[in-house]
Order: sequence, then C-alpha cells, then structure tokens
Amino acid sequence: MIEIALLFAFGCYSLGLLFNLWRITRGPDAADRILALDTMVINVIALLILYGIREGTSVYYEASMLVAMVGFVSTVAYCRFILRGDIIE
Amino acid sequence: MAPVTEILISFFIVISGIFGLVGSYGLIKLRDTMQRLHAPTKATTLGVGGALIASMLYFLLVKDSFSFHELLITLFLFLTAPITANFISKAFMVNNLRPKDVPETGRDYGWAIYDDPPQLKEPEAEGKGE
Repeated sequence: MIEIALLFAFGCYSLGLLFNLWRITRGPDAADRILALDTMVINVIALLILYGIREGTSVYYEASMLVAMVGFVSTVAYCRFILRGDIIE
Repeated sequence: MAPVTEILISFFIVISGIFGLVGSYGLIKLRDTMQRLHAPTKATTLGVGGALIASMLYFLLVKDSFSFHELLITLFLFLTAPITANFISKAFMVNNLRPKDVPETGRDYGWAIYDDPPQLKEPEAEGKGE
C-alpha cells in the first residue's frame, strides 16, 4: 500500500515539476521565473524525502537539506540581482 | 507491519502528493504574478510537511529509529519561505509597478524599494522619543 501511495506521490510531483518548467519557459516576468524555480526546489525536496522512504535509508535527508539551503540562497541571490543589480554590495 | 500503520503513512504520502500538485498547478492556473505567489505556499507547508510526517512515521514505526532531521528541514523551510516570497514580490514591484501604483505608506518614509533607506538619527535626538 505504501508502494502505491509512493508511486502516486512521485507522479504528482513529477507533473508538478513539468508545470513549473512550463511557467519558467512562458513566465512573462523575471519574478515568475524565480517563483517557478523556487517551487521546483520545493518539489525536488519532497521527491528526495519520498525516495528516502522508498529506499528505507536516511541518507537522503542530508541531500534534501542541502537542496533546501542552496535553493534558498540562489533565490535570494537572483532576487537581489534584479533589485540592486548586484548580489553582494 | 500493522495495517493501521500502513494506512496512516500512505494517507500522509497521498496528502503530500495532492498538495504538491495543487501548488504547482496554481502556478499555471492563476492569472497574475501576485496571485501566483500564493500558490506554492501550499506545496511548501502541506506538501513537504506531509512528506516529512510520513517519513518520520515510517522510520519511527517501521524501522524503529527516530530522527529529528525532518523537523530540521521543516523548520528551515518555514523560516525561509516568507523571506523568499518577500524578495520575489519586491522583484516584481521593481519591474512592473511605479510608485503611483501603490498606496501611501502613511509614514515619514515611502516604500523601501522606491525610496532611500531612512537615515539614522543623531545620538542626542534618540532620547526624545516620538
């Protein structure tokens, strides 16, 4: 039963990633693209955690934690570049 | 493993998948950038939260090993989500809205993205209060 639920969640998040990709390509504004990239990072975190459940190991927490941190820093850096024209002043 | 355990974990995984999908579908469904800013919060809180609860329950009930790593990820995501949303909305305002499009702040200083930051007060003026 858990296997079926995991497959369902994998499908949901994969479809979500495709939706995000569509928004990245079509986004009329840079803010839309940043938002879609941030959502993509969140979906990848959830996918990694679910993959950890499937494999039965806790190795993937560290990976998802790293993805969360890198995603946050990259989002803030991209926004700062748009806001100020520079990342570190 | 007990059927109740299995149903509980599967329930949280399915909830996580549904809300992750809803959060990403909102990105292509909603019309405005400011509206779209609202959608991925569902994926952040309920999507990742459900996956983390399912993971904690799985490792606690099935593998008999409890870990706090999931709570750490939840805490980090909950701390960074408002900052990210604030930065994205600021980036949108800089590109698309002029100062006349936004309401007055009702204070001495205008919006932070259009005006210079307020100057620091002199040390002797600080004690007088407002």
